[in-house]
Amino acid sequence: MDVLYFAWVRERIGIPREKVETSAATVADFVAELRSREERYELAFSDLTALRVAVDQKLTDFDAPLDGVREVAFFPPMTGG
Amino acid sequence: MRVVVQEQPFDIGAETTTFASGHKDMGAIVTFTGIVRDLPGDPLQAMEIEHYPGMTEAALTEIAQLAIDRWKLGDALVIHRYGRLVPGEMIMMVATASKHRKNAFEAAEYLMDYLKSRAPFWKREITDAGESWVASKAEDEDALTRW
Repeated sequence: MDVLYFAWVRERIGIPREKVETSAATVADFVAELRSREERYELAFSDLTALRVAVDQKLTDFDAPLDGVREVAFFPPMTGG
Repeated sequence: MRVVVQEQPFDIGAETTTFASGHKDMGAIVTFTGIVRDLPGDPLQAMEIEHYPGMTEAALTEIAQLAIDRWKLGDALVIHRYGRLVPGEMIMMVATASKHRKNAFEAAEYLMDYLKSRAPFWKREITDAGESWVASKAEDEDALTRW
């Protein structure tokens, strides 16, 4: 699965994207896996209310299932316009 | 409908003229343009806009289609830039075409409200004092509740 990071999430993790193998059932489970990997993930994901998630380029929430998903992206609230 | 995500500047005059042409049945065209605004007290050197290629275009297209359907627009245009911009530069524009002005104005406001907090762009301000990501505002999220 491709995992993408944007804005300060990208800065805290230190890379814009990576491939991660996971059997996590939901986005929340996957985040828990990442947080246990390294401190930079723990730092980036410490406050989920400050984060948004997109699954296969669609905005969703942390309960979203990951079965069959190709791409997950994490980022702060958007500031377009 | 036309949705454009680009790094280079756009010509608001040419874009508006092109958009307004060929809509004989549409009596109203509304355009809105967003400009990089300088910061009081801490001059802005530049604003850097990051986006999510692919999702950005899809999200803007979805928002524009919802506006077209809801306000029965004849057409809609969204242009949004990314990359490094300096104060005074145009960041983005929307245009709407409808039979009468009320729908065109409302649809343009709807487009603006949604693309502020539902299109994957992130702004970073670079000033003499340093660099910081622009935080989203609660009022931008609240603005969606009226639709």
